[in-house]
Amino acid sequence: MTNSIDEIAGADLILAIGTNTTEAHPVISLRIRRAIQRGAVLVVVDPRKTELAELAHIHLQIKPGSDIALLNSMAKVILDENLWDKEFVESRCEGFEELVEAVQGYTPELAEELTGIPADSIRQAARAYATVGKATLLYTMGLTQHVCGTDNVLAAANLALLCGQIGRESTGINPLRGQNNVQGACDMGALPQFLAGYQPVADETCRKKFSEAWGGPIPDQPGLTVGEMMQAAIRGSIKGMYIVGENPVISDADANHVEKALNNLDFLVVQDIFLTETAKLADVVLPAASFAEKDGTFTNTERRVQRVRQAVQPIGNSKADWQIICALAEALGLPMRYQNPEEIFNEMAALTPSYAGIRYERLEKEGIQWPCPAADHPGTSILHQEKFVRGKGKFHAVAYLPPDELPDRQFPLVLNTGRRLFHYHTGSMTLRTDLREICPTEQLDVSVHDAQCLGLNQGDRVKVISRRGEVEMTVRISETVPRGMVFASFHFPEAAINKLTNHARCPKSNIPELKVCAVRIEKV
Amino acid sequence: MSDITCTINDKSVTVPRGTTILTAAAMLGIDIPTFCHDPELSRYGGCRICVVEVKGWGQLPASCVTEVREGMEVYTESEKVLEARRTILELLLANHPDDCLTCEKTGACRLQEYAYRYGVRKGAFPGACHAYPVEADNPFIMRDMNKCILCGKCVRVCSEVVGRSVIDFSFRGFHAKVATPLDSGLLNAGCVFCGSCVEVCPVGALTEKQRIGKGRPWELDSVTTTCPYCGVGCQINLLVKEGRVVGANAAGHGVNGRHLCVKGRYGHGFIHHPERLTNPLVRKNGQLHEVTWEEAIQEVVRRFGRIKQEYGGQAIGVLASARITNEENYLLNKLARLVLGTNHIDHCARL
Repeated sequence: MTNSIDEIAGADLILAIGTNTTEAHPVISLRIRRAIQRGAVLVVVDPRKTELAELAHIHLQIKPGSDIALLNSMAKVILDENLWDKEFVESRCEGFEELVEAVQGYTPELAEELTGIPADSIRQAARAYATVGKATLLYTMGLTQHVCGTDNVLAAANLALLCGQIGRESTGINPLRGQNNVQGACDMGALPQFLAGYQPVADETCRKKFSEAWGGPIPDQPGLTVGEMMQAAIRGSIKGMYIVGENPVISDADANHVEKALNNLDFLVVQDIFLTETAKLADVVLPAASFAEKDGTFTNTERRVQRVRQAVQPIGNSKADWQIICALAEALGLPMRYQNPEEIFNEMAALTPSYAGIRYERLEKEGIQWPCPAADHPGTSILHQEKFVRGKGKFHAVAYLPPDELPDRQFPLVLNTGRRLFHYHTGSMTLRTDLREICPTEQLDVSVHDAQCLGLNQGDRVKVISRRGEVEMTVRISETVPRGMVFASFHFPEAAINKLTNHARCPKSNIPELKVCAVRIEKV
Repeated sequence: MSDITCTINDKSVTVPRGTTILTAAAMLGIDIPTFCHDPELSRYGGCRICVVEVKGWGQLPASCVTEVREGMEVYTESEKVLEARRTILELLLANHPDDCLTCEKTGACRLQEYAYRYGVRKGAFPGACHAYPVEADNPFIMRDMNKCILCGKCVRVCSEVVGRSVIDFSFRGFHAKVATPLDSGLLNAGCVFCGSCVEVCPVGALTEKQRIGKGRPWELDSVTTTCPYCGVGCQINLLVKEGRVVGANAAGHGVNGRHLCVKGRYGHGFIHHPERLTNPLVRKNGQLHEVTWEEAIQEVVRRFGRIKQEYGGQAIGVLASARITNEENYLLNKLARLVLGTNHIDHCARL
């Protein structure tokens, strides 16, 4: 997030795109509610009538995958009606002409055709966003999990730059991250092209800094992303994998393809707290300690580094992941010896400028938001206040791109996937708690209209079939999904919806298009 | 806004206009008992336990809703005040089950605390008692309305903070009760089981089903940590007894304050789940078998060593994790690039 969670409550307008906040980030939704109580306007962009959409003053019920058409059209309205922030664009941005040219064709009427949103609603939302004092833009995977995911985010960023809705309190572009430490994992260099602190591995100076500190050479070519690794495993160029605390057989797009890839490996090690569906395929399974059994830090969605503290001893002979990694390194001939996680943190902070000023003792009472470059720096709650990291904020010309797989005769419905309130990710944790009692299985949300056309009743068992696989589920007739769309979560291994999803990916970020694929339904 | 100076228990205090007597007293370190007051919720003034004496006033005002005025002389523990509080407690106890021995709230119950503080016992006002069935239609929240003192904090937190309004006062007089629509239980009322109502309940009316019989408040160690679910990073306390996590609550600070979602508050049963992996496993003849750590590590080293030798480090891929700590991700990054010699490291950031 460019801004902080608390600031959401102070916004005059919240533009929430593709985020089912009340279910996926319930505590953030409390801030949204507070903003509404204060009189803020809530604009929700979502194909589904989520609870957040029900709260919205303006719900733009978008056709899945058409966000760029909407956002470009909003930019055009703002330009045409002269509502943009000339001073901000002039002094802080570059590439304005490219933006003007790129959005020129996106009249609200054209956007209406592409998005299904009435042209006047687009105008209304655009005017509201541009004219309020403080507008905050929130988004989640509904915006990003598309073949045009990166461009979607750039289109949203264009809007914020155009209206000067960034770099101030209660504004900004704020992705709500879905996992406890997904921000931290990215910060720590668990990405193929970056070392810790987003220092490019292809950059010789950065590489040299790390290899000197670590005492050995680092390969210079950026590596493969998850999806590319799976393809490489099928091709046979990746022979072995070490998977820690992930369950790609359930979580990744086109799960059958993932399973095939993992089965094709010569050797697979999985490190986890349970024998997950992925661990079941492994040659070696290493038992890890859970978050309650170790010390360390997580970094949340607002870049706040916070302590994790050990409450109980590791279960059985399980060990903290850091201890397992150290044992492996030692056995592989390059000893890594640390007394405790704090020592690791300090080594990392010395190599990572945005974490340089953070120490455990500073985190004792509350977390610190990076960048925190020095021991006396208080941390940064709002990014890009004086200038952008790259200097000027750059407008990017982006164009509408339809989803990779649209419904056709054979597969007439769109399958959308996401999360439910009572469960989390691949269910390996929540399905082993009392949460299972209250939400025991996954159900397929089907619109009243489609249920009628297909002769489906509440509770009917159906097969949901895509070009890549099929799963059996129970039907829930729901007003949350529009006609032509069905929705299910990926929490339940027995209804592994990712067997159906499309592995087509955004060429820039490699994110799979999990929000749109074509399916058909057959009664069992 | 101009400041106001008044005296409380003969101590002088200067506060901004609009400050309540309760808040002004707190600034002087004077504790006034409250049931229905909560700084995060709207002012209510319903329970009257916080009454104080103001010189020159005929009645005892509720300090949680009465704002200080210039020159006001307030006494928080005068004889009149103590008598009023004792009567209020006697009235509350008249209709309260005598259940402190087994009540989950014992040790953290305000009614118990104040009854002890003011030396009040049950029995001053014999009369009818409620006999509501205990509501336990869900795995998380037990509602025993026999113990409810109608402070209304649960009603206000559900409406004002959580924004769901699944409970409200229903019925009148002696029959007044906090209930769901049509009194049909939380499950049918659209409750999301965030537990904020339990968090604010001052007595044993709302308790956590998971924690029944699992330990008294004074037996529990509380360890503040970060929730392991979504990316909000709520601060939670894990409650530990004899080496086991028996529950969790909100830490009261951080991004979440006293609030959590159902997963963060009630989703920790996985920690001690019998299916936790307790020993390393190695596949032999197609089956995974438990082995020692030494054997498992040697197997990994042997197999990765062979792949690295035959095909180079680039034939190995590592998936780090959005679930493990920063320190562990950093080490994985180091292990992959330095030890295994591969930049193929990624995690589920795109999922």
